[in-house]
Amino acid sequence: MTTVACEAVPAARSRRLIDEHVVEIVSDSGEGAQRCGQSFAAIAARSGLGIWTVEIIPAEIQPPARSVAGASGNRVRLASRPVTNGGDAVDLVVAFNEQVLRGRVEAGELRPEATILLESAWANDRDPQIAREYAETREELLSHRYRLIDLPMEAESRTIVSDPRRGKNMFALGVLCLIYGLDRRLAREQIAITFGKKDQAVIDQNVRLLEAGWAWAEREVDLRFELERMTVTEPQVVLNGNTAIALGILASGMEICAMYPITPATSASHYLTDVFERVGGIVHQAEDEIAACAFAIGASYAGKCAVTITSGPGLSLKQEGIGLAVMAEIPLVVVDVQRGGPSTGQPTKPEQGDLLAAMFGSHGDAPKVVMAVSGIEDCFYSMITARKIAETFNTVVVVLSDGSLATAQQPIPRPAFSEEWLASPADQSPVPGGGRPYDWDATTGLIRRWIPGQPGGMHTITGIAHDRDSHVAYDATSNEEGLRHRSLKLAALQRTLRTPRLFGDDEGDLLVIGWGSTKGAIEEAVSRLRAEGHRVSALHLTFIQPMPSGIGDILRRFRRVVTVEMAWADRADDALIDDESRRWSPLAMLLRSRFLVDVDCWTDVSGRPLRPAAIHDGLLPKLGPA
Amino acid sequence: MTTQLPPCLLWSPDDRRPLEEYQTGVPRWCVGCGDNAILTAVQRLCRDEGLAPERTVFVSGIGCSSRLPHYMRAYGFHGTHGRALPIAEGVKMSRPDLTVFVTTGDGDALSIGAAHWIHALRYNMDLTVLLHDNHIYGLTKKQVSPTSPLGTRSNTTPKGSLLPALNPLTVTLGVPNVSFVAQAVDWIPEVLYQIVLAAYRHKGTSFVRILQRCPEFMPGMFDPWVRDPSRTLLLRHEKGIALSPQVAGTYRNQREHDPRDMAAAREIASVDDPIPVGILYHDPDAPRYEELRHGGAIRTAESIRRGLEAELDTFTIWPDP
Repeated sequence: MTTVACEAVPAARSRRLIDEHVVEIVSDSGEGAQRCGQSFAAIAARSGLGIWTVEIIPAEIQPPARSVAGASGNRVRLASRPVTNGGDAVDLVVAFNEQVLRGRVEAGELRPEATILLESAWANDRDPQIAREYAETREELLSHRYRLIDLPMEAESRTIVSDPRRGKNMFALGVLCLIYGLDRRLAREQIAITFGKKDQAVIDQNVRLLEAGWAWAEREVDLRFELERMTVTEPQVVLNGNTAIALGILASGMEICAMYPITPATSASHYLTDVFERVGGIVHQAEDEIAACAFAIGASYAGKCAVTITSGPGLSLKQEGIGLAVMAEIPLVVVDVQRGGPSTGQPTKPEQGDLLAAMFGSHGDAPKVVMAVSGIEDCFYSMITARKIAETFNTVVVVLSDGSLATAQQPIPRPAFSEEWLASPADQSPVPGGGRPYDWDATTGLIRRWIPGQPGGMHTITGIAHDRDSHVAYDATSNEEGLRHRSLKLAALQRTLRTPRLFGDDEGDLLVIGWGSTKGAIEEAVSRLRAEGHRVSALHLTFIQPMPSGIGDILRRFRRVVTVEMAWADRADDALIDDESRRWSPLAMLLRSRFLVDVDCWTDVSGRPLRPAAIHDGLLPKLGPA
Repeated sequence: MTTQLPPCLLWSPDDRRPLEEYQTGVPRWCVGCGDNAILTAVQRLCRDEGLAPERTVFVSGIGCSSRLPHYMRAYGFHGTHGRALPIAEGVKMSRPDLTVFVTTGDGDALSIGAAHWIHALRYNMDLTVLLHDNHIYGLTKKQVSPTSPLGTRSNTTPKGSLLPALNPLTVTLGVPNVSFVAQAVDWIPEVLYQIVLAAYRHKGTSFVRILQRCPEFMPGMFDPWVRDPSRTLLLRHEKGIALSPQVAGTYRNQREHDPRDMAAAREIASVDDPIPVGILYHDPDAPRYEELRHGGAIRTAESIRRGLEAELDTFTIWPDP
């Protein structure tokens, strides 16, 4: 086999000790690169490495074969410590064809000195054009500093399976396990888990492919990496964000989820459907997003709090229902797994563009709780918190996740179930005489809600302005009373929230504020800046509406404040943009208006999960003169 | 599986409540509005069937028709425009023990809520749906509705409406899994009552179109039919509604129709003059979504814990012993 080094590469079989690596496996859709990547990550996690995986998903179900935009696969960040994000550029890539690889190269995903393992079968393809394309791309790659290794996956797999398209992914897995020194026994076990639903013959065949890849790499590849392992002392679960959301819904005791298919939210509902089939509960696929929201509201109204799961365009459609639930004071959990917007936008790419829509999207004053998940673990626990808040305050809780958490996997401590997570059974006790359905508490705005089945509590709830008896009332007093108390509930919740803890010192030159999925990447970037001697701290918000107290004090202890968000903000150097015309990113706008602090923003809408290096480089100019 | 309470199995005549116990508030509909007749029929039904007010829910959308829940002493959900059906579906799914009625109008159900209408028929959940069809938007002051006859002058069609009216009966009868379709008119209260009663007793989505007079915006619209009984086609069958001698004697234009006969139902539905009144279609065996979805298992803290632990097991990395 040819190993071509474009620069002198130490050709030693000794293992090189590294702290971390970012590895990508990319193929055409349906060739199994995702399965290879997920299995690789799982084996690494079981071996005691920190991992974070990011799915590489083409927008189409079956993009044309060998297309630059068609890469499907997985990015796996491995480290000798826990990791909270997908990291920076790629150190090593396994590519099933040179065109998908070109897509990754052209997108700037690879380090200049990255190692490339490229399927070599194309050199002798029957189609001369394909062979030529392959040769040209290979030449082109060789002119850079990449280290290119020809990988005869297809040829080697053919000795084991008749159709190497269905098998070379496990060959690639064997190669990767050898290179990174992962335990072969764990790898075999992982294959048994991965193909657990199939028969033993399938498992055996894939183990043979794994072993073949391992043996080939042992023989032919001069590349060995070693990462220090952590000792795993407590059970961990490797989950992606959407799976964690689904499990959180189960753990919260919610029983009904109404949804309509939409990317990237749907996989949460898929998994929940699966779970509910076994445990009980219903995932209702409604005829549209509006119906899904209305169905959840109806279910919540009459029983336990229900949830509806969606992504951006669905959030827009649900807004009328959200307003109704706020107005009639019905608990409801809305999960928005954000994607690029506006309109259909970038369905498979993450963005944090929905914050203001979540807060202010319904017409009129519709105060609701908006919280954002900051990691995989948060995806799980936020469902329990959201359900409790929704039921306690009889209002809507919007939980914002995004595409970068939806499919990202990370090991988290295995949750230990508590009965306190569950919703109470529906109250069916008689309502004592004299009470009114909207007897708002003057301080907190809270009501005691009566639900169908409670004798003596009969009343008709309405989205129309209403008085304490829930009668339609257009008089000024009733209207203002309703507005006031619904708003007060947020203040009441606010009093129960803890001030978020600073990452770094209590004061300094720059405070970086983020929300949602970007926490890990921001804190990693801030760590680097701090290691370089900069006086930088980070603050991450889970509750954005209401915002916990104490934030203003924190802002004022730093010379400068900047938000980091995956959302659009006008570029300050555009000709027409100045402080009076600039549209700030959502959180920056909120902080500026609430605290009258000159909060700046650094944003990225590349459609990729935020990378620590990009944040680091983006923040450097924000530090200002020392 | 979900919160389920056993429905009351025993009912004795002593449980009967007087009509007043189902009434609340003073209807704000116009004098002569057909909604009043529908309200009366529904209140009578509740009394006669001994429905427990606390276990009965009236769900509505927006429009004149959708004010009905406010006049029922029961639980009510006056929702948003067009969304009564999905709200009611959620109620029924979460609480199959409740009796759920939906009151909606031609604008609410057939226009802004049209998608929900079609799909509600497919779901066939146990809902009694009363479509108050007055052929006009009333609450917003006279705009053309999907069922407005061709040429209807309204504030949005001052020269007369341009499109033929939608026939909700034929559309409804075209939806797979539809299980109960009937038509009533507000000016024959006895038949209206009988139809609403049959609709309530049917397990599944009962779709009742009620032609309803709007004296304010469609004055005289149904006068030719009100005045001439021969322009009403009364559907008669042993499995259909009971007809008193007075009604049978007045409305002599009758047709024997087996509500199981879909082809005949579609043929009857396609004619709007004379107005067919009665049960067009009834299939008591159509599958109901809530029954298909509910496995019957009761969820407990323990079953949730076990389910969660089993799921977590599949994702767990155990520390090496």
